[in-house]
Amino acid sequence: MIRRLFSRTMSTFLLLAGAAAILLPFVWMLSLAFKPRDEIFSQQIRLLPTRPEWNNFIVALTQTDVPLYLWNGFVVVTGILVFQILFGVPCAYALAQRRFKGRTLVFGLVLAALLVPFHVTAIPIFLGFAQIGILNTYSALILPFVPTAFGIFLFRQFFSQLPAELFDAARVDGLGETAIVWRIAFPLALPAATAFAIFSVTAHWNDLFWPLIATTDPHLATPPRGILYFRDQESGDDVGPLMAAAVIIIAPLVLTFLLAQRKFTQGLAAGGLKG
Amino acid sequence: MKHLSIAHREALTNLWLAGPATLVMTLFIFLPVAIVAILSFTDYQFGAKSFAWVGLDNYSKLFGSTLGQRAITNTLIYVAIVIPLSVGFGLVVALGLHRMMDWAPWLSHTLRTLYFLPVAATLVAMSVAWQMVLHPTLGVVNQTLAVLGGAPQDWLSDRGLVLYTLAAVGIWQTVGYNMVLFFAGLVAIPPELYDAAEVDGASGGWSRFWTVTWPMLGPTTLFVLVVTATSAFRVFETVATLTRGGPAFASDTLVYALYREGFVYFKAGYASAITMVFFAFLLALTIMQFRIVERRVHYR
Repeated sequence: MIRRLFSRTMSTFLLLAGAAAILLPFVWMLSLAFKPRDEIFSQQIRLLPTRPEWNNFIVALTQTDVPLYLWNGFVVVTGILVFQILFGVPCAYALAQRRFKGRTLVFGLVLAALLVPFHVTAIPIFLGFAQIGILNTYSALILPFVPTAFGIFLFRQFFSQLPAELFDAARVDGLGETAIVWRIAFPLALPAATAFAIFSVTAHWNDLFWPLIATTDPHLATPPRGILYFRDQESGDDVGPLMAAAVIIIAPLVLTFLLAQRKFTQGLAAGGLKG
Repeated sequence: MKHLSIAHREALTNLWLAGPATLVMTLFIFLPVAIVAILSFTDYQFGAKSFAWVGLDNYSKLFGSTLGQRAITNTLIYVAIVIPLSVGFGLVVALGLHRMMDWAPWLSHTLRTLYFLPVAATLVAMSVAWQMVLHPTLGVVNQTLAVLGGAPQDWLSDRGLVLYTLAAVGIWQTVGYNMVLFFAGLVAIPPELYDAAEVDGASGGWSRFWTVTWPMLGPTTLFVLVVTATSAFRVFETVATLTRGGPAFASDTLVYALYREGFVYFKAGYASAITMVFFAFLLALTIMQFRIVERRVHYR
């Protein structure tokens, strides 16, 4: 009994200590975001501000391009997701529910594409985009991510579990294959679609590598690219607004996670290898 | 359309459904892979009108120069630190939180949420926050050290320290993800197995762990190892945000070197060779994964 109590106390203490370490940068970021200037630049440790300073958030939202970065992030992430589904779902349906010549080849290509990290394709895509003159556009940020081997794979898995009779019945009712894809198969695959959407949105909202390469125009910066512009300009004076900007940028995904934890974790766990 | 035979119409439908995806995959994945492989044997520079074949020069430059070697060894050191610690902590935390489910489920649930937060938060923004945590004078780490009587450190600008600092941030970011995967693996172990183990004489915590938990977690552990290794090899965001590979290339890594040589110095040929080496590392990892899956994990 006493031994059990001791081991529970010990393990709880260690788990709490670990959680404190995990939380440290979040707490410090929030603390600086709410601290007035003089408290930020004081050498004394003060974990929390003496009074909350909302001005940092007002500065970040009105005197910097942070709202623009959020908008750019929204456009890019939505564009990528819509095109990924538009191209990927019909292909996944064909792979799962239709027999045709070349099916094995196409599925083989999907599996091979799963092995290629995005970084590997960056140089040629940059060259190609420079050639046709679309660097520094939303298209440059969206197009390379339209093919999604992972998405096709995930949707194919889901579609192959659906009974073939379901689709036969729809054909008897006179539905074309395109209509079957979007009016029957896709709505049924909503759980898979949610998991995929969470994976895709998180990956591209957070990506720095490609925006750093494909754009040099600050007006096209996605949130991660944008916060680096902000940091490099502010030269150490505006720590408060900078931390407020960081809080604003992580907020959409963190709030989604807190509100839909199970879905969120599943989506990211499924996407593990492509993360 | 009337004159088309059924076979033709079916073929057209298949093309309409699977064609576009196959086309974009070819255009944005397979064609670029072929081009980057070819470019790695040339001296091509972005914007140049022509190029020359240089054979394996780019590769010998990467493996032969101090800078190239440093990018490779830094990446390997980083990976060698992050994999065992992130997987190990992930497992230990999952075990602790799983046991806590018996007597304090709400606390266990809350802690799981907290540990997962870094996975959900944008890493670049969090790196900017880490920069302030580790700030030489204003950062909470050095301020605490000063109070405790320790010597403040230049976490991000000390050549001997910077790679370990980045690895710590890498562990901080991935441990929650691994914990969640291990936790799911633990929940999936049927309780009867523990009863059976107890009948067979495995009653202590350790023997239960080694006879039931560890073997049953086999597939999960393998998956976690591969995911952690792949993401560690790709380390870029923290390097680009916190150190830019510095000071004096002490935290240069493969992907950062590929970015710098290719897109800052525009040496497409050399950067392509770095890309190919990076790709080879990841492919080797995947092949290793398939091998191990075939041999060891037979009890799915």
